[in-house]
Amino acid sequence: MREIYADNAATTKLSPVVLEKMMPYLTEVYGNPSSLYGIGQEAKNAVETARANIAKNLGASNPNEIYFTSGGSESDNWALKGVCERLKSKGKKHIITTKFEHHAILHTCKALEKQGFEVTYLDVYEDGIVKPEDVEKAIREDTAIVSVMYANNEIGTIQPIAEIGKICRAHKVLFHTDAVQAAGYVKINVVEENIDLLSMTAHKIHGPKGCGLLYIRKGILINNLIEGGAQERNKRAGTENIAGIVGLDAALQIAVDTMEERCKKLCALRDKLIDGLLQIPKSRLNGSREKRLPSNVNMCFEGIEGESLLLRLEMNGISASSGSACTSGSLDPSHVLLAIGLPHEIAHGSTRMTFDESTTEEDIDYILEVVPKIVKLLRDMSPLWEKIKDK
Amino acid sequence: MAFTYSEKVMDHFANPRNVGEIENADGIGEVGNSKCGDIMKMYLKIEGNVLVDVKFKTFGCGAAIATSSMATELIKGKTIDEALKLTNKAVMEALDGLPPVKVHCSVLAEQAIKAAISDYYKKQGIDPTPIVGDIGDCDHCDHCE
Repeated sequence: MREIYADNAATTKLSPVVLEKMMPYLTEVYGNPSSLYGIGQEAKNAVETARANIAKNLGASNPNEIYFTSGGSESDNWALKGVCERLKSKGKKHIITTKFEHHAILHTCKALEKQGFEVTYLDVYEDGIVKPEDVEKAIREDTAIVSVMYANNEIGTIQPIAEIGKICRAHKVLFHTDAVQAAGYVKINVVEENIDLLSMTAHKIHGPKGCGLLYIRKGILINNLIEGGAQERNKRAGTENIAGIVGLDAALQIAVDTMEERCKKLCALRDKLIDGLLQIPKSRLNGSREKRLPSNVNMCFEGIEGESLLLRLEMNGISASSGSACTSGSLDPSHVLLAIGLPHEIAHGSTRMTFDESTTEEDIDYILEVVPKIVKLLRDMSPLWEKIKDK
Repeated sequence: MAFTYSEKVMDHFANPRNVGEIENADGIGEVGNSKCGDIMKMYLKIEGNVLVDVKFKTFGCGAAIATSSMATELIKGKTIDEALKLTNKAVMEALDGLPPVKVHCSVLAEQAIKAAISDYYKKQGIDPTPIVGDIGDCDHCDHCE
């Protein structure tokens, strides 16, 4: 049976090239970068080389604006908590974000609400795109920070980051973006796009798990999240994850170098799959088709439930994901699909497939052969389908 | 996903028993709602006091389909009294357990049987309440709240 990994938005396979670059730092060069002897300094050099190269690839003006973290969730937590707690004393107590952020942002906002911050959750409309004018309208005197994700993790919609950045800069409000899904698929330039803080992680772009970064533009006042030693210029304690940092740099470099050709190929495969799946009656693509990550397909098939579809996909060798709740252990449908206005019963029937450069046209053909059969089988046993099929 | 389910659950999900409808069924029960993501519909053919045929249709997750399938197997050929004694716990045990978040699926299966038997009695002009008792109402279940 064909095996297809279609869950690259969840995580990716570590690139062998990246692993090779990491290996010395998992073996011989085990020194602590804070130590003064040879293997310590060698490790330190590796970290600083990676920092400088990553800064260049993100368009940052100074390598010291890159702070390594344990990944996207830590970076998101740090950006919001660090800025808000710092600006509280200046009377700032308002946060602007969107309804369909990752939980690393939404749950951090909930925690800050308990500390007295007010949060505006912006609409993302049917196409899953934030309106920059909504951001502008929501900005208040006491707004501490705006946080809008670069691309959504479930439906892959790409947000107008440069426009939002421009608005925030004009109003002198800090702008954070969670670029965990976008990095490696979209050209990012933090200076040109007026991004003040940016989160990203290695494991979504064929790097290792457990390493990410927070870009913090020079001059921004931010409290520490992790207290301890003097690492990361006193801003983020903990002995550096050298191999992870080297892996993050290598993975981002490959992603940047291959972006144009890879994304072109992915878009063609994605569009073929979307067109094919839309042939299924009462199916829909979730989120804008045009402003969409090249790797993301997210569909709903009315009258069936997402987990059943996923289990059947797995039985056919396809590893996909669902916005449906059942997989995440809660029974609520995806907050992202509800945010784009889907009713609960349709949101329950979603599936997300996310691809990478190893995906072939034959894989897509196979998915297109399998999915309609599964949808028919599940609909044939669905009492909901018999009610809605002729509507 | 799959690994959180027992082999029996996966077997009943992959090869559900008694799927479909019964024409001119003697009792039909539907429970659950699309908002919470599970709807079970149970069809009964009753001769004398015996459930000679049972069929189901389910919209829902793997556990919902597997519990429906197992429940139909457990009551097919049994008397009404025996079917009414089937608890959600018995369905779960027959499936070698369910993940905690899926326990409500087995409750739905129990309710679907009771709803179908109630429907049978109503069609006979008999008040089902003293016999079947309180079925429970999905709308008041706290799983969706």
